[in-house]
Amino acid sequence: MELLNAIILLLNYTIIPALTYGSQLALGAIFVTLIYGVLRFANFATGDMMSFGTMFAVLLTYYFQSIGVGLGILPTALITLPFAIIAMIFYMLFIDRFVFRYYRVNKSAPVQLAMVSVGVMFVTQAIIRIIIGPFDRRFLDGEKFILKASEFKEMTGLNEGLTIKSTQAITVVITIILVSILFWFLNKTKTGTSMRAYSDNEDLALLSGIDPKKVVMLTWIIAGFLATIGGVLYGLDKSYKPFVYFNNMLPIFAAAIVGGIGNPFGAFLGGYVIAFAEIFITYAYKKFFTYLLPESLAPDTLVQLLSTDYKFAVSFSILVIVLLFRPSGIFEGKKI
Amino acid sequence: MTAGYGNGPDIISSCSINVDRGEIVAILGPNGAGKSTVMKAMLGLLTLKSGSVILNGEDISKLSPQDRVKKGISFVPQTKNVFAELTVKENLEVGAFLREDNINRVIEEIYDLFPILKEKSSQIVGQLSGGQRQQVALGRALMIKPSVLMLDEPTAGVSPIVMDELFHHILRVKETNVGIIMVEQNAKQALSISDRGYVLVTGENKFEGSGEELLKDPEVRRSFLGG
Repeated sequence: MELLNAIILLLNYTIIPALTYGSQLALGAIFVTLIYGVLRFANFATGDMMSFGTMFAVLLTYYFQSIGVGLGILPTALITLPFAIIAMIFYMLFIDRFVFRYYRVNKSAPVQLAMVSVGVMFVTQAIIRIIIGPFDRRFLDGEKFILKASEFKEMTGLNEGLTIKSTQAITVVITIILVSILFWFLNKTKTGTSMRAYSDNEDLALLSGIDPKKVVMLTWIIAGFLATIGGVLYGLDKSYKPFVYFNNMLPIFAAAIVGGIGNPFGAFLGGYVIAFAEIFITYAYKKFFTYLLPESLAPDTLVQLLSTDYKFAVSFSILVIVLLFRPSGIFEGKKI
Repeated sequence: MTAGYGNGPDIISSCSINVDRGEIVAILGPNGAGKSTVMKAMLGLLTLKSGSVILNGEDISKLSPQDRVKKGISFVPQTKNVFAELTVKENLEVGAFLREDNINRVIEEIYDLFPILKEKSSQIVGQLSGGQRQQVALGRALMIKPSVLMLDEPTAGVSPIVMDELFHHILRVKETNVGIIMVEQNAKQALSISDRGYVLVTGENKFEGSGEELLKDPEVRRSFLGG
């Protein structure tokens, strides 16, 4: 019984939240890795592009709520996703046409493009502040919980409750669907293969008749999907605050690098590595040990390795360790 | 053909190369003679100042490299001539990117030509040996069923055994009625399998003739083949 309580405790406070957070990071990390693999630069505007897409979803959610359109128990934001994705793709293609393309055509160094993306980041941040402002917003509606702690306790008679929020289930399900479609597309379709070929050997891809313009456009379209969906899922689960999205760039980059930059499957797994590490290291295990250990040994302190304020330090440490010991990422495998 | 890079001086001037189907032509010459430039000009990677590129009686001088590929001119670069992170089969599929029809038959033909590729079809090309990679490179270029195949120093950096094997494969490709233009440093070996050869010096045709003629020509031997 004590053991079961301890397991439920861990599930509730670490494993389920880490799976959710990991999925959200994974989508961002695949976005980073795709841009890096195909367009060959580190996109520092990642966090704010995710924020930009989410902003549309938030505004449209308010609009749909005001005209009384909803999905019942599911969040209204899910209907707004297609519109937000389209808006995001247009914004990305617009930025690419008027900013990135110039440097690509001139064959600028990757670091120059990365700096350009910092500029795009600032501009995007400013646009977001003008349109929606810097405040924290919640736009989740519909049924909040799939399983409430009290219901779980009644059902099982355990001391510890297990809560499954609807946003957690939605996040995991949508991530699995999106990532499966993406990997099927990249590995099994002619267009996906041509994208991987372009990323692998640009000159030979040109000689084989692959049109670079199409590959670039396609990359931004996929990026639009990943950024918007990743951002909306994060916003639904926590809340939408533009600055937090900017902050999330560190764990997202860490996930992409842990997975081997340029390798989408690695980035996907990297998201979970970072999320689990952050949550396991910042979780206070006091109650967990109280269940498992005899009373005399029960801990007096919180048994927390690091305060949650330092959760970014965890991603940063992992990033540094990976770069020192396995610079090509901890997962073997082919690049995109 | 006359061409050069940007506004710089002409690298090749009034040089002329032709190849028929089922024929191997070698372009030879000392370093800096413009051998690779000739190929780039034919591929459309640099624009001609004068002259023209004619394929199957059609002037393709104004077309983009992609469109020339569509017309049936295929190129194997000297280095980075495979997609190292893709499988053998994917390499062939990308080679046929411009083909709209069913490519499985063409893939089978390539497998007949290079049986080892069938065996390794799902292996990542980066894990193959140098000789096998060259076969992948040839196979990829042949997927569009080109009329002309251009090889840029196919034997650069391969061992003598692999070189023999490679020449053997090139001869088999020739039998499929493809015209092959080959830029080579290994003049003697290249001429031994070529039907004709061109010797370029400072961007002009200095000598031309059949492989044997060139090998026997005392002036070519002295100036270029090393006695």
